[in-house]
Amino acid sequence: MTHQHVEIRPGAYADSVALLQVSRDVAATPGVAAAQVAMATELNVEVLQGMGFTLPATSTNDMVVALRLDDESALPAALAAVDSALAAARKDSSGGEVTAPPRTTASALRRAGGDLALVSVPGASALVEAMDALDAGVDVMIFSDNVPVEQELAMKQIARERGLLVMGPDCGTAVVGGVGLGFANTVAPGRVGIVAASGTGCQQVLALLDAAGVGVAAALGVGGRDLSAAIGGISTRTALDRLDADPSVEHVVVVSKPPAAEVAASVEKYAADLGTPVRFALLGAGQPDLTTQTEALLGDLGVAVPEWPVWGTPAVPDGGSALRGLFVGGTLCDEAMLLAAAELGGIRSNIPLSPDLELDASLVSDGHVMIDFGDDGLTRGRAHPMIDPTLRLEHLAKVAADPATAVILMDVVLGHGAQDDPAAELAPAIAAARAVREVPVVVACVGTSTDPQGLARQAEALAAAGAEVHLSNAAATRRAISLVNGAAR
Amino acid sequence: MTALPSVAPAAVAAVGADMFATAVADQAVAVERVDWTPPMDGTADDLATVAADPLRRDANALAVSRMLDVQAMLVGVAPASELLGLEKGQFLHAGPPIEWARASGPLRGALMGAAAFEGLVEDPEDAEALFASGSEVSLEPCHHRSAVGPMAGVVSPSMWMFVLEDPATGRRTYCSLNEGLGKVLRYGAYGPEVLERLRWMRDVLGPLLGEAVSAAGPVDATAILGQMLQMGDEAHNRNRAGTLMLLRDIAPSLVRSSRSSEEVAEAFAFMGGNDHFFLNVAMPACKLALDAARDVPGSTMVVAMARNGTDFGIQVSGTGDQWFTGPAQLADGLFLGDYGPEDANPDIGDSAITETAGIGGFAMAAAPAIVRFVGGTVPDALATSRRMREITIGENDRWPIPVLDFAGAATGIDVTSVCRTGILPQINTGMAGRVAGVGQVGAGLVTPPASIFPAALAALAERTRERAGS
Repeated sequence: MTHQHVEIRPGAYADSVALLQVSRDVAATPGVAAAQVAMATELNVEVLQGMGFTLPATSTNDMVVALRLDDESALPAALAAVDSALAAARKDSSGGEVTAPPRTTASALRRAGGDLALVSVPGASALVEAMDALDAGVDVMIFSDNVPVEQELAMKQIARERGLLVMGPDCGTAVVGGVGLGFANTVAPGRVGIVAASGTGCQQVLALLDAAGVGVAAALGVGGRDLSAAIGGISTRTALDRLDADPSVEHVVVVSKPPAAEVAASVEKYAADLGTPVRFALLGAGQPDLTTQTEALLGDLGVAVPEWPVWGTPAVPDGGSALRGLFVGGTLCDEAMLLAAAELGGIRSNIPLSPDLELDASLVSDGHVMIDFGDDGLTRGRAHPMIDPTLRLEHLAKVAADPATAVILMDVVLGHGAQDDPAAELAPAIAAARAVREVPVVVACVGTSTDPQGLARQAEALAAAGAEVHLSNAAATRRAISLVNGAAR
Repeated sequence: MTALPSVAPAAVAAVGADMFATAVADQAVAVERVDWTPPMDGTADDLATVAADPLRRDANALAVSRMLDVQAMLVGVAPASELLGLEKGQFLHAGPPIEWARASGPLRGALMGAAAFEGLVEDPEDAEALFASGSEVSLEPCHHRSAVGPMAGVVSPSMWMFVLEDPATGRRTYCSLNEGLGKVLRYGAYGPEVLERLRWMRDVLGPLLGEAVSAAGPVDATAILGQMLQMGDEAHNRNRAGTLMLLRDIAPSLVRSSRSSEEVAEAFAFMGGNDHFFLNVAMPACKLALDAARDVPGSTMVVAMARNGTDFGIQVSGTGDQWFTGPAQLADGLFLGDYGPEDANPDIGDSAITETAGIGGFAMAAAPAIVRFVGGTVPDALATSRRMREITIGENDRWPIPVLDFAGAATGIDVTSVCRTGILPQINTGMAGRVAGVGQVGAGLVTPPASIFPAALAALAERTRERAGS
């Protein structure tokens, strides 16, 4: 039969919340129908009476232990439960700090300070994180792709008003004070400043300058759309201002994919008013390629143009009539198409020079084809081909097996952010392709002597697999064009 | 980056793909990594719209600074009829607007008790028909009259109220006097002892406090709040130090009042025996500060969180008086006596105004004696207080938390931060019985329904788009 146990513990104290917890623990003990351990305040005495307990006289400083048991035999276990719950309520649980990482860019900047934010969240959320940086008064670099152009415009307008720089989106290359951000090469400090609306275009210029022994003060990526009509060169202007104000910068070069003509003109006019001379390396039909422009820059600097390095045995034609380009760098692909189209006519592509040359989703066509595997359309849901080469390697095997293929033109881009050892996968794939048929493979290997992957080591491995390797993408492309012409003869 | 691009950044914040952060860290630059998660479902577009609102940053800075500039002074105690112009049959309640038909048990119980207290009915039970008919009675949120009400928050014309004033602007807020714990009107109880106590508060305590506060001069409630946090209170579920400090400030005037020493002694015993007495000063002090942050176009700061036992509502600075509501949640907590979760009513009361201001659940770390409401351990409480900084715009330096190295309480809940992180405001709360007349059944922790933050964000985004279009 039920048994009621009430005891008063004068001088014992625990706070009311601890005691609610103790009561709950004790009530869960087998054989206990109800339990209330509480300080004998007026309220608690009322509650206890409401529960049907009969209490002796108490003062508010007494602890009351009130138990209703299924059977008297449950008492020792119940009292033991009271004692252990009270002991547990006193236990030292200060086992170390609980410090969670910041959840937003704003929070990270509040906690740790910092003068730059790097944003690589999915494109739909990039603006929100970038605005945290602009609100905190720091510059931001956005690696995210698929950022809506109207959002890019909005944040760049705000940044411009506040004197801040938005680098990117859709150009994941920068070097700030010798620190490479995103996809960037290791370069010596020096007197050239670069503004780049093109990631791999910037890397090409860095690689050539390094080969010529010229250092770089900074390379500021401004986003592949910055010189488009929609954005109007907002970040380009800010980047020019910054480089102009930096006393270590003697010459500036602006690198871009084909820009909007009116934007290019207006930015060129803006640059003409700066104290630092600015050279424009803007790709486009009839415009000089990046290598030619870099050579002109070397002329500005009074530095002799070196012989651009080439590795491997010269490739020889082996039939076929079509040029097949497989690129990871969008600008390198653009540059190659501009050079090849002038010689060979229309090049079909997923990033075509004119809309009528657009490839369908199969990425296959009879004639000349150049594919940019780094384009947004091919990176949705997968990593950039500079990180994950799978898709390009599949296509390499496919075009090598195609008897129409006269020459395969490829790029390999080194530096921070890229694969640790791209030749480790690409060289065997080239060797395998050439084992079927000795199709010429020409590679532009864009990197510097101090890049983590080692330019010479990568180039030599590719050459050993049978490729002809150039540091200059323009030189590689010209060589590929000559091989196509040779094969056709 | 530093202004000169040839100088390396000192430290970098990185959000997103870890490889970019690692590449920077490998070049010997300090990197703070963000633990990013996708925002609440369907909010990405609205977040981008609001984030790019040219008004937002300065609007939020203005809202927070206005809030922090407020000094809440207790300047008087007087009946609601005088202060608010409440007339017989007019009742205020906690939370967003609600009609009798949807009112929860504790709100109904409190209204019935208040109707009897005002003499509209003889027996509280008779008031049900009166409220159901809706004639000769009206319901209105406390918040709509510059007031806040704990739990059911029912205010009727004869109840005496604290008056808090910001001396710089003369703005005022109000709250009823705390009745103590257990079977009390605000928890929905309306028995004879409840009405008896209300009458004593009307006839003795209210006039006595009015006299004492007038004689003692304004009492600085904001300063007391700062001291409470140093003394183990978080000013929502624990107000022991605050209550004693208020008593300390007005004790001489109480003793010198015109009332008999017997009545003064009764008042001392009542206030001293009621650790929550100061809560009803803390709440209007918080509202006074938050009201200063209202109506700043573009501001995403939450200026009120309130519940009526059925709905949980928030108001946001940039969206005026609009309420964003969702179903009030059941608190997770500890129960008195035999009560269990099935006895508890969903969350109720305007007291979440303390969390809105950055104390209460936001300042759990200051109140180690009650940390068991937050999962049990002191480190958990510290983590809770730190986590709230992820969703707030600023910190309140006047409310430092000793155990967090005197960092100010996290202040100014940002709707966008809540939607981005999914972190909901942490609220400490009491639990009322589900059935009218029961009273308090426990206390614990609760959060707002998540859906109200995306709803508020959508309204902010709509206003942003309208401004951009005009």
